[in-house]
Amino acid sequence: MLVLSRKLNQSIQIGDDIEVKIISIEGDQVKIGIEAPKHIDIHRKEVYLSIQEENSRAASLSLDLLSQLSSQKK
Amino acid sequence: MIIQTKYHGEVTIKEEQIINFSNGIPGFLDQKQFVILPLSEESPFLVLQSLKNAELGFIVSSPFLFFNQYEFDLDETVVDILEVEDANDVEVMVILTMESSIEKTTANLRAPIIVNRKNMKAKQVILHDSAYHTKHLLEVASSC
Repeated sequence: MLVLSRKLNQSIQIGDDIEVKIISIEGDQVKIGIEAPKHIDIHRKEVYLSIQEENSRAASLSLDLLSQLSSQKK
Repeated sequence: MIIQTKYHGEVTIKEEQIINFSNGIPGFLDQKQFVILPLSEESPFLVLQSLKNAELGFIVSSPFLFFNQYEFDLDETVVDILEVEDANDVEVMVILTMESSIEKTTANLRAPIIVNRKNMKAKQVILHDSAYHTKHLLEVASSC
């Protein structure tokens, strides 16, 4: 992992079109601004991981439960 | 065309039924094409079936059938990426998770699937600042 030191209002440029900027620092909380092209998804890591994990769980449904579900009516 | 599916064996679909997730979905980034198939007649549940991987199928439903207060703002970026011109073209679905029993079915309201029916572009959108989480209990048992 590349590690760089930055001060308030300083940025990091990634490639041609991604900028990561330190917006504010208060105690142990750092506010970061990110400028990136639209096709790049930006998420809080723990939220992204929870979605990944939930998708994996959702994909592994047993056929037995499915047959119960199929019989449900609107 | 004929495709292999997780729950319904061989199914014939039309090209125009194919939904395109240009970025895949979290956890399955290489799965970009899906179709929506009804789970069974009269069921409120649907299957979001991958074209590339027959073993990959998610149970989905309209969130509004179970959570009538459900709402969120769609990011401008998402509107642009999906090229949404008319809100009426937008379909919202949520992925359901069933683990031990059907009574414990949960819906992932934090990451709804948004489909633009006009061009069939879709995305699983992760809501940034939202009180919704990945496991909202679905009250289906009572309707049995």
